[in-house]
Amino acid sequence: MNVILYLLGASLILGGGGLAIFLWSLRSGQYEDLEGAANRILFDDDQK
Amino acid sequence: MSAPAPTPSTCLHCNLPTARGRRFCCPGCAAAYETIQTLGLGRYYAQRILDPTLRALRPEPAERRDLSRFTATHSDGTHELILAIDGLQCGACVWLIESVLAGQPGLLAGRVNMTTRRLRLVWRGAADRAVSLVDTIESLGYRLVPFDAVSLAAASDSTDRALIRALAVAGFAAGNVMLLSIGIWAGEVGRLLHDMGPATRDLLHWFSALIAMPAIAYAGMPFFKSAAAALRQLRTNMDVPISLGVILVTGMSLVQTTQGGAHTYFDSAITLLFFLLIGRVLDHRARGQARATAEQLLTLRTSDVAVMRSDGSTERRSQHVIVPGDEILVGLGERIGVDGVVERGTSLLDASLVTGESLPTAAAPGSQVFAGTLNLGMPLTIRATATGNGTLLAECARLIEAAEARRSGFVVLADRVARRYAPAVHITALLTFLWWYLAAGVSISQALLTAAAVLIITCPCALALAVPMVQVIATGRLFRSGMLLKSPTALERLANVDTVVFDKTGTLTEPTMPLVIEPDRDQAALRVAASLAAGSRHPLARSLLAASGPVAVADDLIEHAGQGLQAGDVRLGSREFAASCTDYREAEGPELWLARPGQQPVCFRFAETLRRDALETVARLRSLGLDLRLLSGDHATAVAPIAAALGIEHWQAEHTPVQKVAVVEALARSGRKVLMVGDGLNDSPSLAAASVSASPASAADISQTVADVVFQGNLLAPVATLIEVARRARSVMRQNLALSIGYNSLMVPLAVAGFVTPWLAAAAMSSSSLLVMANSFRLRGRST
Repeated sequence: MNVILYLLGASLILGGGGLAIFLWSLRSGQYEDLEGAANRILFDDDQK
Repeated sequence: MSAPAPTPSTCLHCNLPTARGRRFCCPGCAAAYETIQTLGLGRYYAQRILDPTLRALRPEPAERRDLSRFTATHSDGTHELILAIDGLQCGACVWLIESVLAGQPGLLAGRVNMTTRRLRLVWRGAADRAVSLVDTIESLGYRLVPFDAVSLAAASDSTDRALIRALAVAGFAAGNVMLLSIGIWAGEVGRLLHDMGPATRDLLHWFSALIAMPAIAYAGMPFFKSAAAALRQLRTNMDVPISLGVILVTGMSLVQTTQGGAHTYFDSAITLLFFLLIGRVLDHRARGQARATAEQLLTLRTSDVAVMRSDGSTERRSQHVIVPGDEILVGLGERIGVDGVVERGTSLLDASLVTGESLPTAAAPGSQVFAGTLNLGMPLTIRATATGNGTLLAECARLIEAAEARRSGFVVLADRVARRYAPAVHITALLTFLWWYLAAGVSISQALLTAAAVLIITCPCALALAVPMVQVIATGRLFRSGMLLKSPTALERLANVDTVVFDKTGTLTEPTMPLVIEPDRDQAALRVAASLAAGSRHPLARSLLAASGPVAVADDLIEHAGQGLQAGDVRLGSREFAASCTDYREAEGPELWLARPGQQPVCFRFAETLRRDALETVARLRSLGLDLRLLSGDHATAVAPIAAALGIEHWQAEHTPVQKVAVVEALARSGRKVLMVGDGLNDSPSLAAASVSASPASAADISQTVADVVFQGNLLAPVATLIEVARRARSVMRQNLALSIGYNSLMVPLAVAGFVTPWLAAAAMSSSSLLVMANSFRLRGRST
């Protein structure tokens, strides 16, 4: 049953990683303009 | 993508109606169209989706202003400015603004936030570079207003982020603990098959504790703090049972884990926090957004004041630092920033926001003028008078304070429920413990565990979501339709309204007064009159110009303040000023006369018009069973026709702010719940006195500050929508409360009897929360 220990560890690391990424994206302001982000996909910027 | 070609009678740029055959409504639009085409951004017109309820994209003459106060300079030599954008219609506008800015040299960032409708500019080089950048965007028809960097930083929401972080942590922990719990529950069932031994179960319990304990400590903070604050004041709120339940359950579970017990409730505790935080975050967001927008609308309008120095030069200062005795120069088209007395100059003042009178009044040396009045004529020098000495603004501020103090404390539905609910829950849990421990004689930990199960089941998770969830959805819906709910309790107060009191000028009527249409009008005369009118900011002149379409301004134009305009021998103005001939017709309302040498004087008449949808809105409000009244500071002759047109029986005219408050309070005393809708300074005390109040976004600053709701756009329909949404929200709130309390009363006997196991608790709690959420979302789906 040692495999449970590995699996638990792995799941915690993966989950914790996801949490860390979310907190990072929150801090870098990616949730500040959800409406704009949805619209920006539609611009085809050929000049940049 | 190809856009339908605009019909010939609408402007290619702003889509407003134009004279037949013209492509543009005004030179500003033509220039904007030209600019956009030259930059190769013509696709904008094909891709945009115009919202007819928003302000049209017609460029207006730029106001000179000083942006330096709003510009922040960073240590690396870059400058930053944040502006509010008015006129943002859809994603294409964002693209247009950013594309236009992309070509500007030295600009490091020019990014539009579509949610908050703000533009952030970062550039290198001269600090006043912003002026040209802002002018470029404004020439396209948008209007930009700078934000004060300092106040913006103060307002930027750290609570919002803290809540979202707590939500993220709780979500992570809830997911993982639940995963482990499902293993434990499965093992419980499978124990008959000897699948999971106690050692494995204990291991999983320990891991659950490891994840849940720190997460609960972190994510529960908002609730613990609020509960502690309430307890310190010897009150109780919804957070008290929540905190107590979570802490007790976690503690019990930890004891169980150390003793190798079968049941732990870590999953329930953390999932509970997760659901509660969802409600909390949404609630905070919706409210913060509405309030911030309302504040920003106001920020935009506070402008600097030109103070005369002793050497005759002027200096622009913030309105707040003006002291009585300062001499202030107020130019044409500027709003007077202070209360004062005219020292030099004669002019016409538009006091509609202050007194509710729709026609301008003349000002001469010695006249008292009020903050908020618009100067329509010649520059005036004003001596600021002491604040608080009988000036209208001070008077209104005093009345507001008194009215607000009298306003009875409104207790929101959720708190009323919480007040009774919390003690009931605690007593039930205590009795359960006592019964099991003393009467049934089980071990103390077993009795405590059963009591904890009661707390978990009764933990007002669904109850705590029931009201905020509805508020968030309703506030969000109103926000999208341009209504800003500033007070969290406004929704519930709106739902109770049975009487609506309207102000007239600027509320029921359009802020401008259009020319009366006469079929046999002499078009040549209109064009001549318009060429004179083009040089004035008098509202009647503006309306004349709007009716004639663009014309060139007449040469040698002289404005005689309070009388009219003169260009050579041609005169446009009041009857006495222009039409020297004997007159046979009685004046029916505001009018302008055009006198040309050798020709009969021509009369242009104007009439105050109702807002486009006033009739419809009044009908809608009536069908909601509301009693409508009209209360105005204007003359009875101006009020009567408006009341008649709308079929409002109860109307009163020539009311001072004090009388208005008295009327509103008399209504309140007779047991009515009054919604006051008004825009003027003179309305502000009665806005505060009413049980709930609304102002259009064009209202005086003080009215907007006092009002619970600010609505944007040129329509009156928001007033009816507000009440409809509020009433539906109230009924959904009640359903939610009934649902969650009904659910609890079903489950409590099971918990007291000791039948509730961790999996049942978790399932019951989650499903009741989800049920309440789903019910709340019904508000969103229906369209009104």
